[in-house]
Amino acid sequence: MTNAVSFKQVSRHFGSVRAVDAVDLDIGEGEFFAMLGPSGSGKTTCLRLIAGFEQPTSGHIEIFGQQAEGVPPYRRNVNTVFQDYALFPHLNVLDNVSYGLMVKGVGKAERHRDAEAALELVKLPGYGSRRPSQLSGGQRQRVALARALVNKPKVLLLDEPLGALDLKLRENMQEELKSLQKSLGITFVFVTHDQGEALSMANRVAVFDQGKIMQIGSPEDIYQRPNSRFVADFVGSSNVLPPDFVAKHGGERRWASLRPEAVRIVDGEAGALDAIVVSRSYLGGTTRLSLDVDGQRINALVPAGHPLPEEGALIRIGFTPRDLHLMDGAQ
Amino acid sequence: MSAADMTLRAGQSSAILPDRGGVAGALSDLFWKRPRFLLVLMLLPPVLWLGIVYLGSLFALLLQSFFSIDEFSGLINREFTLKTYGELLLPANLDIIMRTITMAACVTIASAIVAFPIAYYAARYARGKWKALFYLGVMLPLWSSYLVKVYAWKLILAKEGILTWFLGKLHLQWLLDAWLSLPIVGGNSLSVSFTGTFIVFVYVWLPFMILPIQASLERVPVNLIEASSDLGANPAQTFRNVLFPLALPGIVAGSIFTFSLTLGDYIIPQIIGTSRLFIGQAVYAHQGTAGNIPLAAAFTVVPIVVMGFYLWGAKRMGAFDAL
Repeated sequence: MTNAVSFKQVSRHFGSVRAVDAVDLDIGEGEFFAMLGPSGSGKTTCLRLIAGFEQPTSGHIEIFGQQAEGVPPYRRNVNTVFQDYALFPHLNVLDNVSYGLMVKGVGKAERHRDAEAALELVKLPGYGSRRPSQLSGGQRQRVALARALVNKPKVLLLDEPLGALDLKLRENMQEELKSLQKSLGITFVFVTHDQGEALSMANRVAVFDQGKIMQIGSPEDIYQRPNSRFVADFVGSSNVLPPDFVAKHGGERRWASLRPEAVRIVDGEAGALDAIVVSRSYLGGTTRLSLDVDGQRINALVPAGHPLPEEGALIRIGFTPRDLHLMDGAQ
Repeated sequence: MSAADMTLRAGQSSAILPDRGGVAGALSDLFWKRPRFLLVLMLLPPVLWLGIVYLGSLFALLLQSFFSIDEFSGLINREFTLKTYGELLLPANLDIIMRTITMAACVTIASAIVAFPIAYYAARYARGKWKALFYLGVMLPLWSSYLVKVYAWKLILAKEGILTWFLGKLHLQWLLDAWLSLPIVGGNSLSVSFTGTFIVFVYVWLPFMILPIQASLERVPVNLIEASSDLGANPAQTFRNVLFPLALPGIVAGSIFTFSLTLGDYIIPQIIGTSRLFIGQAVYAHQGTAGNIPLAAAFTVVPIVVMGFYLWGAKRMGAFDAL
């Protein structure tokens, strides 16, 4: 099977800044692939390399087996949903959505029919005559999605598409994007700095830092078996434990991550640790305790309904050794 | 407890609403409470200036155009009549009007074509030092006297001028001769032809076209250009469908300058061009030596009406939709 997108040792340097640094990446056909990382980690540059807005400084990019270097964006069967939607302000919604068909020379009746169908797909039927400025953020997002999908792209690129939406809308859109991707079978490549979004939506996640991919894997892999301190730290608020601490509490002398939900409050069990409650944060479904264990800060999540210790209280905590995930290297 | 702790602790300040005191304090409090008062105070002088001096004189002019001149005594007959406007339609006067409007249209179109690439470069690529250099380059000609520039052009375009010399060196003299032998646009030399008038008009008004276009292009987000390209539009299609429509308000704004300035100018065609008159020269002649103020006023109304129709047409074409 050919890959939808394939990067071989791709670099993109801006002067002395290595925005993307020798990245190898294969994205399978029909995958929902997330690029996750903090701002400036190179994930958006990778997306722009696929779209054709940037050309690699070195390395090779293939899109469905065809060499992509030197191919301008308008000759790629790839479409983008921009971060701030980039809708044309001088065109109404219908003309925005049918723009891609218009420049390809599709007749007016046909392209308007297709655009209407695309608007229906994103649940905005009958909005064609409005101006982008008359729409809410969520509606603009849907128009941008329809405008890309109407071209039947082989790869759809989404650049932080949900960043500007409020929480409720974002959760709805996550669900819709997922089901849309499933029903259309198009390869989605999705850039986000929100680890929750990446984990809940993608089949596979690549975690970026400083122009390099730190880890690629399924959301479970990334979350439960981070390969580095950076990934453990960035994906979910994991406790990153130094080798000395791990060795002292029954593990190998290596860096390890410990998920806050794996930490339990116990009563005098063997192997339990003394901890002082430094602070408490109420998160709704859970409460996060910040604990001091032997000078090591450890976060613990207590599900709602369980008894909560006061700030400053001395408690005992425990975790099973298999929750302690040892990591290679010490980055 | 440290001193810093003392000052940062809540509720320790001596007064919740410390008194500012003084006339300045009282004034700024007054303006804060009554923002409209400040607005009126700021707008009053310019409104008086524009309203009385500017609109008043325009109204007086309009009024004059409805008077007529007594052909025998040369005195102004202060009775309401449309006779003077009728005179505008005489072939000689209509000729002046059509010549001026055609020139203004040609100058505007040429200015837009020349200005767009310059404005595009400045808006998209020029940064820092180059941007400063751009502004300097565009504005510098405006600092020197308009008359000096026009006379400089007269020398450049003259038969013995540098342009003729340069074309001769390039063995392109025949091209200039061929152009000058054409009817209407031709003449003895560039400096006494409509072509010369046109070249100087374009040169002198160009900054007024570049700056609005540059401002409108700066407001076009780069990602709209990328989105167009992403959706399959080649650069020419992107220009036609995205860049040009979004820059149109700037082009229209610039063309209002170039068009109306050309309609009203009487110095450039006087110094460079043929002996045939433009509206500005006609106004000058009628209000001066001829003493026909009503006809001069009627001539002046023509550019106002033309600009009104022009703006109405531009609005109907959707030039302001992107604003």
